[in-house]
Amino acid sequence: MPEQEQKRIQKKGGGEADDDAGQVTSSSKASELKEEMDDILDEIDSVLEENAEEFVKSYVQKGGE
Amino acid sequence: MAIPKVIGTETEYGIAAVGQPDFNPVLSSSMLISSYAGSLRRIRWDYEDESPLRDARGFEPVTGRELSDEDLGLANVILPNGARYYVDHAHPEYSTPECLSPRSLVIHDKAGERILERSLAIVAAEIPSSPALAIYKNNSDGKGNSYGTHENYLVDRATPFGDIVRDLTPFFVSRQIFTGAGKLGLEAQWDERGKHVFQLTQRADFFETEVGLETTLKRPIINTRDEPHADPERYRRLHVIVGDANLCEVALFLKLGATSIVLKMIEDAFLPDFSLVNPVAAIHDVSRDVSLTAQVALTDGRKMTALQLQWEYLELARKYVDREDDTSENREVVERWEGVLRGLESDPRTLSGQLDWVAKLRLLEGYRERDGLAWSDAKLRAIDLQYHDVRRDRGLYHRLANSGKVERLTTDEQVERAIMEPPEDTRAFFRGRCISKYPDAIAAASWDSLILDTGRDALQRIPMREPLRGTRAHVEELLDECEDAAALVDRLTG
Repeated sequence: MPEQEQKRIQKKGGGEADDDAGQVTSSSKASELKEEMDDILDEIDSVLEENAEEFVKSYVQKGGE
Repeated sequence: MAIPKVIGTETEYGIAAVGQPDFNPVLSSSMLISSYAGSLRRIRWDYEDESPLRDARGFEPVTGRELSDEDLGLANVILPNGARYYVDHAHPEYSTPECLSPRSLVIHDKAGERILERSLAIVAAEIPSSPALAIYKNNSDGKGNSYGTHENYLVDRATPFGDIVRDLTPFFVSRQIFTGAGKLGLEAQWDERGKHVFQLTQRADFFETEVGLETTLKRPIINTRDEPHADPERYRRLHVIVGDANLCEVALFLKLGATSIVLKMIEDAFLPDFSLVNPVAAIHDVSRDVSLTAQVALTDGRKMTALQLQWEYLELARKYVDREDDTSENREVVERWEGVLRGLESDPRTLSGQLDWVAKLRLLEGYRERDGLAWSDAKLRAIDLQYHDVRRDRGLYHRLANSGKVERLTTDEQVERAIMEPPEDTRAFFRGRCISKYPDAIAAASWDSLILDTGRDALQRIPMREPLRGTRAHVEELLDECEDAAALVDRLTG
């Protein structure tokens, strides 16, 4: 997503409802996990859909089953 | 005595044309399936020439093909591995062949993902006029629309259905702690709080009643569809609609394995009464509590967390397996089950390579931390969706798996083989082999019959009402000896 748009979304979303979201108890291996996580994120950055907002908005399914 | 658990899954995949929201999902689903089915003959010929099938590109692309009538109709095909691949509503759906063990079904469920991925590649190569499609193995669009992943278990008709409802409902409510695929947001009208909350499952929001026949509205925790696809005097096919689609193989294996053992315990009246006061509220509460501390009320007055309920089921399962059903696979299920419950109890993060909701939550938290994103950020919702993309180079689950961050129970070779080969220990073997060997003589096929056109006056119907007959041991020699379908019919009726 263009940098400008990303900033705008961050600003708009900042501070909303953060408390409700998932908290999993932190582990003693926190720093090890963090390092591993940074590697994962770096890899995933390269394949993420470019325009997140548009991508999410356009994903509309008909119900099934 | 409990009967063997013949099991299968049906997955409706999400389908999208990125950047083209006006595309026609029904037409595109049909095009995916008919293109894949059309390529099979080429694949089969290759196979007979002993060309390796390992490469997803093992087909000869026909460039510039126009849409055919087959594309425009609602595709519905039976595959050489005994699976069914068809359009259901506006989704491509893959129903695995019948399997006799959770491990076998994990392999076949995963083969379904590969078949969808391969279908995308074939359409992209053959039909340039098609929009660029993407397929997601998930159960919700995040906007209130859900599509199902159903599990099917063969159960004894003699078991009272009321016992199944009573004993399975608390299990379904509590198993969400390991079966959930994770979801950002709520899609329920009755609760607008915490719009950006992360919950354990994709599906819980859509369940509104305890028992019923519906699958598309007022969805019930226990579905009563009575369509056994087998001898109705002896069998029931329990149609489970309450689960999520899993990408993590450990979660999938445990979901299928633990549910199979619980059903056997129900058939053998091995379980005490864990009935819940309000199962519908409980299924929502458990799904929306990533701290795993929410308590549900039992009708006997006790209050327990989902984790405590699962420990109860596990301890009984261990006893049951020791006494009644001591197989190596059951022992593996029990060990896995214990390992997962221990992990959930001590630190769920240790299960990021085993459970989908943990893997996804860890990604979301990683992005939040690194990029300072709010839970409402569109990027997090994009990650939630892209986790489920079936393409191995794009799907975030697959990226994790490719870099060794996810525990595998299958090998790529096993999954690749299951794209063409049926399980050997159920009637799917007979179905799949007949499709491979006599493709032009199969007039129609269903789960419990094959209808052959041998060029004679009348079509010949071969009933297959016993799910455990028609295995490799039963029919391989017979099929080897029958050059064509007419010879097969003669042997079967002679």
